[in-house]
Amino acid sequence: MIELILFIIVAAVAIFGALTVVFARNPVYGAMGLMMTLFSLAVFYVVHLAHLVAAVQVIVYAGAVMTLFLFVIMMIGVDRDEDNTEKLPMQRQFVGALGLVIVLVAGIAAVGGRFDWVRPAASTVEANGTVQEVGKLLFTEWILPFEATSLLLIIAAAGAIALAYFGPRRRDREDA
Amino acid sequence: MDFWDVLFVAARVVLAFVIPLVAVIFLVWGERKINADMTNRIGPNRAGPWGILQTVADGLKLFFKEQVTPRKVEFLLYAAAPILALIPAFMTFLVIPWGEGFTWEIGGKVREFAFVGADLNIGVLFFLAMSSVAVYAIVLAGWSSGSKYPLLGGIRGTAQAISYEAAMGLAIVAVILFASTTSTDGGTLSFVELVERQRGTWDEVVSLPGGLSWFENVLGLIPRWNILPQFIAFVIFMIAAVAETNRAPFDLVEAEQELVGGFHTEYSGFRFAMFFLAEYTNMFNMSAIAVVLFFGGWDGPTFDQWLPGIIVTFLPLFWFLLKTAAVLFVYIWIRATWPRLRYDQLMNLGWKRLIPAALVWLIASTVVVSVRQFGWPWA
Repeated sequence: MIELILFIIVAAVAIFGALTVVFARNPVYGAMGLMMTLFSLAVFYVVHLAHLVAAVQVIVYAGAVMTLFLFVIMMIGVDRDEDNTEKLPMQRQFVGALGLVIVLVAGIAAVGGRFDWVRPAASTVEANGTVQEVGKLLFTEWILPFEATSLLLIIAAAGAIALAYFGPRRRDREDA
Repeated sequence: MDFWDVLFVAARVVLAFVIPLVAVIFLVWGERKINADMTNRIGPNRAGPWGILQTVADGLKLFFKEQVTPRKVEFLLYAAAPILALIPAFMTFLVIPWGEGFTWEIGGKVREFAFVGADLNIGVLFFLAMSSVAVYAIVLAGWSSGSKYPLLGGIRGTAQAISYEAAMGLAIVAVILFASTTSTDGGTLSFVELVERQRGTWDEVVSLPGGLSWFENVLGLIPRWNILPQFIAFVIFMIAAVAETNRAPFDLVEAEQELVGGFHTEYSGFRFAMFFLAEYTNMFNMSAIAVVLFFGGWDGPTFDQWLPGIIVTFLPLFWFLLKTAAVLFVYIWIRATWPRLRYDQLMNLGWKRLIPAALVWLIASTVVVSVRQFGWPWA
């Protein structure tokens, strides 16, 4: 019961945050909305006993990524009179139609009582998201993907530095 | 879960809120007094004996002052920023253990009262999460004020927090790694457990070769706190902690000579008081965490043969507060004696000195821990 109440509150907050991201005129409010959604997701992870994922969600996304977003928004400066004329040819209509189809399918599923399409995972192992369990899995079974991901991040960082330092416009920047 | 359990939990949470609040009252007064002494002044001495009620008087004054709201602010975020500063500050103390706790037979059952707001199994990560969220208050206050100096302060705050969080995290990882070898249970991220593992003395864990066994008597006198094996991590942690809380010499966020008041230039009255409270609560939290990670938390002489039970119960709380006060004194000492860093010096120190040093120390700790656990690779 408590879980349901918590879910309804937090889900409402998450959806509100997501809508803010889309509809806010001011990018700073959009960023705050995104942060709200990320926090709500962290609460969901806690409810599902994935404590490590919840903490990492807050540290990495809310703490680091969103701070950088805000940093960039503030550095570039917020221009409130943005040009809002439509430049996309068909996308808006297409997305609208697709959304309608999804709502229809979901509605039919709900009315037809066919939600057993979506089943819980087949394994009966109790979910355990403690740091110890996640660490064991990461460093035994998934060590190769884990290390490959870290390599990917290093390459991305090195690439960003290379682009910034050794790009063709280097001379311009030094003169400026 | 009956009435008494609920009451106990509520009491713990309320205490976890009240302890930093009361500590801040003394901290602000103490800072002004110590600063005054170090610069050969008298300091506050009017409100109460030795001016000890000065903070209360200041707080009341700020509470009743007018809140000036400049015309160009983004009001929603402008009003939210002080609240966002306070929430992480008080949430952090929730996971810090401040005493051993006691058992009490009441309501027909023996119940345990732990001296910690909530013993999370991810306590350390929770603390890191809260400290990384705390920067939002500065950023948003700076941006929403609609003024130049606060914006500069806010941008500086973001860059500074991101830079020093990394070094702090790496220093803590080294401590966690070391703590994982001090128990057969493996690693832990709970602050309560980290304190438990620092109890006792060094002769319980270190076994020396025959010729040196006399030295074990000396080791028997030294408490098993992490400060000894992890001293470099402590230094890195402390520097990063001062930078994280935006205290001098890292107070570029609110550098008076350059930025008026920095991010809180446009704030007045109680909103300013909230920023002030958050900053000092963060200082207290950082000191408390330094004590928990490196100085054995509430560990200390118990004197349980000589003192009555009630004092023995609350003695750990006294040791904890005493050690925290000692670390806070260092904080104030640094502020009173060191000039502020220039911005490029701050970035150099963070990225080119602290983070590499923390990485090297982490690798060194890893090697030591692995050798202790698995032996030399060629043996």
